[in-house]
Amino acid sequence: MKALNLIPVGDPADETFTLNLGPQHPATHGVLRVKLVMDGEYITSAQPVIGYIHRMHEKMGENRTWAQYLPNTSRVDYLSAMTYTHAFVGVVERALKIEVPQRAEYIRVITSELNRIASHLVGWGAWVMDLGGFTPILYAFDDREKILDLLEGICGSRLTFCYYRFGGLCNDVDEAFVSGTKAFVPYMRERMKMYKRLVTDNIILRKRLEGIGPVSAEMCRRYGACGPVLRGSGVAYDVRKAEPYSVYKDFDFDIPHYPQGDSMARYLVRMDEIEQSLRIIEQAIAKLPDGPTMGKAPRIVKLPVGDFCYATECARGRLLVRVTSDGKENPYRVRLRTPCFTNLSLFEEASKGMLLADAIAFMGSLDLVIPDIDR
Amino acid sequence: MSAIFDYLTQEPVWFYVRLVLFLVGTLAFVGANAAYLVWVERKGAGRFQRRPGPDEAGPWGLLQPPADGIKLMAKQVMTPPGADALLFRLAPALVLMPPMMCLAVIPFGDKLLACDLNIGLLLVFAFGSINVMALMLGGWASRNKYAIISAARVVSQNVAYEIPMLLVVITLLMITGTMNLNEIIHQQAGGFWQWNIVRGIWDFQAGHIGGNILVPVTFLIFYTCMLAETNRAPFDMAEAESELVAGAFTEYAGMGFGVFFMAEYANIVVGCALATLLFLGGWQSPIGTVPAEWGWWGTLLGTGFFFAKMYFLIFCVVWIRWTFPRTQFYNLLNLSWKILIPVSLVTLLLTAGLLKLPNLF
Repeated sequence: MKALNLIPVGDPADETFTLNLGPQHPATHGVLRVKLVMDGEYITSAQPVIGYIHRMHEKMGENRTWAQYLPNTSRVDYLSAMTYTHAFVGVVERALKIEVPQRAEYIRVITSELNRIASHLVGWGAWVMDLGGFTPILYAFDDREKILDLLEGICGSRLTFCYYRFGGLCNDVDEAFVSGTKAFVPYMRERMKMYKRLVTDNIILRKRLEGIGPVSAEMCRRYGACGPVLRGSGVAYDVRKAEPYSVYKDFDFDIPHYPQGDSMARYLVRMDEIEQSLRIIEQAIAKLPDGPTMGKAPRIVKLPVGDFCYATECARGRLLVRVTSDGKENPYRVRLRTPCFTNLSLFEEASKGMLLADAIAFMGSLDLVIPDIDR
Repeated sequence: MSAIFDYLTQEPVWFYVRLVLFLVGTLAFVGANAAYLVWVERKGAGRFQRRPGPDEAGPWGLLQPPADGIKLMAKQVMTPPGADALLFRLAPALVLMPPMMCLAVIPFGDKLLACDLNIGLLLVFAFGSINVMALMLGGWASRNKYAIISAARVVSQNVAYEIPMLLVVITLLMITGTMNLNEIIHQQAGGFWQWNIVRGIWDFQAGHIGGNILVPVTFLIFYTCMLAETNRAPFDMAEAESELVAGAFTEYAGMGFGVFFMAEYANIVVGCALATLLFLGGWQSPIGTVPAEWGWWGTLLGTGFFFAKMYFLIFCVVWIRWTFPRTQFYNLLNLSWKILIPVSLVTLLLTAGLLKLPNLF
């Protein structure tokens, strides 16, 4: 039989082979490609290759006015659009010193936290699906649907929300949203108990996650990892507490953190964060003030010359928007420091010597959104 | 060769009629089961996941399997460049053969079996184990790295689970004393307390302790091994779609893939049928015995009991798949080598001791 030489033959003594995980692979949930050098089922090196969904969001910022760029930010990490628009709105408000009404700030917190829960549900469901459990993702989507219905009622979109405006919100919330959110909190708490029984306490899942992919706090510091990855390594860093923005100071909530640093710790951090978000929503709905939802913002936004930045805690970690203005209608430069990019960067070091199936579980624990990496 | 020829020509015409009938019957049974177990799986998955499942094609989506079949047959059959074309084609044919052979000796009713073989159980295990060769062949011949990883996994998984499965079956054989499957079922007549799963603990007929007081554990080990042998979740290392895309079947398209799919369900049927007749009394009624004078109607009733038990076990297979995540590969092997094999060895020794116990007094 004629031998086809499709792959260049390397050193015959070298028993490793290269395996392309992606760009189209069921476990990467997007177009991430990881070049794995495998020794049997063990990974000797894993090199993430990014850029397959690079959409030039930062460059687009330079060609659009400040207001025109706002919807772009909700498309970077499509799963937590609220916190992303919050960061961009926040940087403009900080630069122009716009006063945002209290009611608008409270609603921002409520919608951001709802969005965080929805994002964690998708991340959790997809991750359990990577581990081979197909049913939880559909339960998670069932709950997420309830959140999306609430958010659709106030801003019209279900995924790429563009609800915040410079100085406030595009509409006030109605009674249906308030009562719906009030009803959602106890409902979600019941569901969390069910998820604990169905998934978290499952022996197979625990065996798959405990001790897999240990990431130390020191490693997080070197790579700039943030969000649940950092908190799963025992560092209680959360932008909402460390540099409180909006009205997060007014609420009583904890930062869940676990010292183990393995995938299970990151899993538990996310599950606890849903609980904490429910706590914030409960408090915010209870003391939601009356009043306008739009402050005094100029019709044509022009930022003063200078550098401005604003950080928010999005579902995957710390998002920093840094803009440079030269006083014109367009930004001179927009820089998005996104959490998934830094969280992915530690994959190469942490996955060395791991089994393929464990690497998939570990990748799921980083909760990557590929457009957020490539921007 | 001439001995076989003599044997065949000695038999009356009825022998050949019966042979052809059972061959056609087995084929139809495997085909129908493979097609409609996919439907059951999809419907079941839908129910577990709070969605309707397939419901567009025909009433309750009952025409979904033929629709899937037509779709698969309409697909282009292609061999990946550089693959070993002969082995690549051979694998789907080989994978469906063993479960069909196994079905020949499985008694669905008192007289409803193709071949009343004295070593039926041995035949089932002999053919049950070569199923893995086809998967390995398919994975190897595909010339795909994911497929080769999967093939390697399948082999070590099947080797690991073959051992505890055979050990628990030997435990049972020591009690039954025969490898004739129909004979094993005949021994379990009388009611559910006579089934091996209860009789092992306390033999009501003889009035003393049974041969294997750990028989529920034995049944669990058998069922777990059956799940692993058929590559079903939570042990679906062969497919593992989130890790290995589609495992050994990655490069198969159209009906080639369809045949692997069918074989998976055919294997489940064989595994569950074996569990039914070894532990749950096969076609025996749960209470009393079906009177012999009922003739063929009694046999049909027995077949009904058999299917009820077998499909309940199959439903549990579906249930497990849609509830649990997949195990990690080393956990899977640890489970076999560190837990299942020692436990089944203990039950084996215990049974050997207990069988001698009544003779001592």
